[in-house]
Amino acid sequence: MPRDNPVHGTMTDPILAIRGLEVRFRTSDGELAAVKGIDLDVDAGETVAIVGESGSGKSQTMMSVMGLLAANGEARGSVKYRGQEILGLPSRALNRYRGRKLSMIFQEPMTSLDPLYRIGDQLAEPLMVHGGLGRKAALKRAEELLDLVRIPDPARRLKSFPHELSGGQRQRVMIAMALANSPDVLIADEPTTALDVTVQARILELLGDLQKRLGMAIVFITHDLGIVRRFADRTYVMKSGEVVEHGPTEGLFAAPKHAYTRMLIEAEPSGRKEPVPTGSPMVLEAKNINVSFHLRQGLFGRSAHEIRAVAGVDLAIRRGETVGVVGESGSGKSTLGRAVLRLLPASGLVRYEDRNLMPLDRKAMRPLRKELQLVFQDPFGSLSPRMTAGEIVTEGLLVHEPGLTRGERDRRAAQAFEEVRLDPLSRHRFPHEFSGGQRQRIAIARAMILKPKLVVLDEPTSALDRSVQKGIVELLRDLQQKHGLAYVFISHDLAVVRALSDEIMVMKAGKVVERGSVAAIFEHPREAYTRELMAAAFLDRREQITSC
Amino acid sequence: MTDASLTSQGGTAARGRSLSTLALQRLKRNRAAVASLIGLALIAIFCFLGPFLSSHPNDRVYQSYVAVPPSLEPYPAAATLERTMQRALERARVDMGDFSASGTTFRVTLTSPRPIDPRVTRYIDRVDEFDDARVVETLEEGRRLVVEGTVQRQWFLMGTDMSGRDLMTRIMVGGRISLIVGLLATLVSLLIGVAWGAIAGYAGGRIDNVMMRFVDVLYSLPFVFFVILLVVYFGRNFVLIFVAIGAVEWLDMARIVRGQTLALKRREFVEAAQALGVGTGGILRRHIVPNLLGPVVVFMTLMVPKIILLESFLSFLGLGVQAPLTSWGVLISEGANNIQSAPYLIVFPSIFFVSTLFALNFIGDGLRDALDPRDR
Repeated sequence: MPRDNPVHGTMTDPILAIRGLEVRFRTSDGELAAVKGIDLDVDAGETVAIVGESGSGKSQTMMSVMGLLAANGEARGSVKYRGQEILGLPSRALNRYRGRKLSMIFQEPMTSLDPLYRIGDQLAEPLMVHGGLGRKAALKRAEELLDLVRIPDPARRLKSFPHELSGGQRQRVMIAMALANSPDVLIADEPTTALDVTVQARILELLGDLQKRLGMAIVFITHDLGIVRRFADRTYVMKSGEVVEHGPTEGLFAAPKHAYTRMLIEAEPSGRKEPVPTGSPMVLEAKNINVSFHLRQGLFGRSAHEIRAVAGVDLAIRRGETVGVVGESGSGKSTLGRAVLRLLPASGLVRYEDRNLMPLDRKAMRPLRKELQLVFQDPFGSLSPRMTAGEIVTEGLLVHEPGLTRGERDRRAAQAFEEVRLDPLSRHRFPHEFSGGQRQRIAIARAMILKPKLVVLDEPTSALDRSVQKGIVELLRDLQQKHGLAYVFISHDLAVVRALSDEIMVMKAGKVVERGSVAAIFEHPREAYTRELMAAAFLDRREQITSC
Repeated sequence: MTDASLTSQGGTAARGRSLSTLALQRLKRNRAAVASLIGLALIAIFCFLGPFLSSHPNDRVYQSYVAVPPSLEPYPAAATLERTMQRALERARVDMGDFSASGTTFRVTLTSPRPIDPRVTRYIDRVDEFDDARVVETLEEGRRLVVEGTVQRQWFLMGTDMSGRDLMTRIMVGGRISLIVGLLATLVSLLIGVAWGAIAGYAGGRIDNVMMRFVDVLYSLPFVFFVILLVVYFGRNFVLIFVAIGAVEWLDMARIVRGQTLALKRREFVEAAQALGVGTGGILRRHIVPNLLGPVVVFMTLMVPKIILLESFLSFLGLGVQAPLTSWGVLISEGANNIQSAPYLIVFPSIFFVSTLFALNFIGDGLRDALDPRDR
């Protein structure tokens, strides 16, 4: 196999060499090839990124290296670690490498720690089993590891349970676990996808720093090109089970050869929203919105603990306008979105057109629901799995236009499908037969069929691949233009927010810390918090600017 | 460009494969479950059509064949015929001359010091073995009669019980009762349990509290006490069994359904429906209940055998079906009483009972795997 850098070949052999790797899954619909014969090398101390959209086989490649394929999967080909064949080894033999020489961190820091054991015990156990350390020595080492991944006050943290740690801290613990036996290769499977942008930036920084200090190789599996660009020495681009292009990261980004790579690079949401014509009427006006959650009701009805999720937030939105709401998770942005739609008990004032919504009860709100719609983040969870796409889309018509016949509803469904650029014929299929982007389109169609005036979009693009995001962003922009919709766009993704919004509200801990027009916020952020968010989100772009 | 690829992909299949279609496909691949389904169907056909084809009514008592063991040969055995005839004639106070039986006919000569009343043939007919006895010759001025008739051949493939009733027919009739009770009581508990659990779980808060405490109160009532109470108030009745069992079994169902509902109602598609303005009824009907079906169906298949067992327990206590009607539980308890003298009495009903339970459990397992393939 021709190497990109001939020097490598003569100097050292790759530490991990994958040749002709194929991964297949036996499914009820026959065999499914997830990885179709790929070659991949990792040299000592370098960072290799594998990028591709979901379903491209990037995770399965590394899962098969670690012997972690699902029961119906089968891997063929060759995987050599320092010249030793490790593919297809029985798990006992594989354990000599797995966890010691090759270790892995996963996407979900929330579920990869056992909630019943203290952090210290979870860290010490592999050290005692693999490293042959005594309990005391193992705990000592665990403390060092926590210190290494920069968890403050590691001695105290050893005694914590996983639920006492934040998501970023848990991911740090996972990294500490992976580093416990000083591996040669660290495989990171989307290690920051589930984290907030600011946390993500810090974790990445930590990984880069650890690599410099410990000299291990990192295999980075991700769909985020920003990360790749910042971190990887070399990049492999995967598409439907094949490597379509690979090479040094800089060269690859500067001159992508394959159309798919180009598409990925250009998939950043682009364009700006056209400004709202002056004098367009106010659709929704909210003043001093407060939402609090009561934790644990006291015995005599007094709440023992109160959390203010949204504290005194104002929001005003005109016809055709988009207000972007950004912030980290837990900043109250989703709660705000639901509160203005009166889906949550809240105090304050909400005026929709000329009506005050606050005194209305559930029943009185029902006719207004037609005009106030909500689109969710998770296109997998927000569609009922036992209804056809057509039934899902037309459900609102059952409520708001009960006079329609079945045939008319079906016709409206077909129209709505066309409007969101889905094949109308596919309306008889079930949600699990659609891809993530298609499902999000169904969810949008469900809102649009009622011809709403205001749509709250709660992270509608966050669960999607970049290239799919782009399509959804364009669709939303078109729909807005066509129907004069007002959007409340909730997201942590500043790139998407910038492409869609007129005005931006930055939220932190239930309060608005900064608001202003897109240009103002992006060019002259006043608050440190806003700058931090932007720095985290636009790491890649700034580098791009400086390097160009 | 992604839009184009999305839409073209969408047009390939017009009809979607629903989750239940997929589950059915997976179920079909599960051999044990398919074999169980076929077996269960055969047992059901046997029980429901069998009595129409059987030559024995289920409550017919054959005094001559009390507790005869199962046999593929017809009863009566040729060797016993002469003795049987003799005993029959003793009762008629006439003497027996020569007796001959060939195949299905017999010929006997009756003698008596006094002339014999030709109605004596009734004594012969009364015996289960003989039928159609008629005088063919009158000799010596009626002191000697030649009687001919047919030998009634009876098959008891599974023997007869302690009262001389055909066991196979009784198994069929008992199976009807057991299966009907199992199904109907499950259905009753399904309807109440799903409605109750779904409403309690979805409503939440105080309503949930009140509804579930009510369930707890019913739980704490001893089952037998509850049944006796019902029997005292309403008298013994076949329908009562369904009511009693259904009324107790729905408690489990309600709890399971409530738990599932609690999980479901936090799912985004329920929130999406609320945002659309769908009312509580619509959400329960379109979103909650259909998504409950998986666990409920599995629970149902495991509930049917439980209810069959419960019914047999009630019948065993004398609170269930009343003789001459029977059920598998009754048959087995009768068989258990005679396990030493007539072991086949417990063997045959048990075979049916056990294979039904096995089949239901396999189907339940198969359904669970089919409905939730990740769980394997």
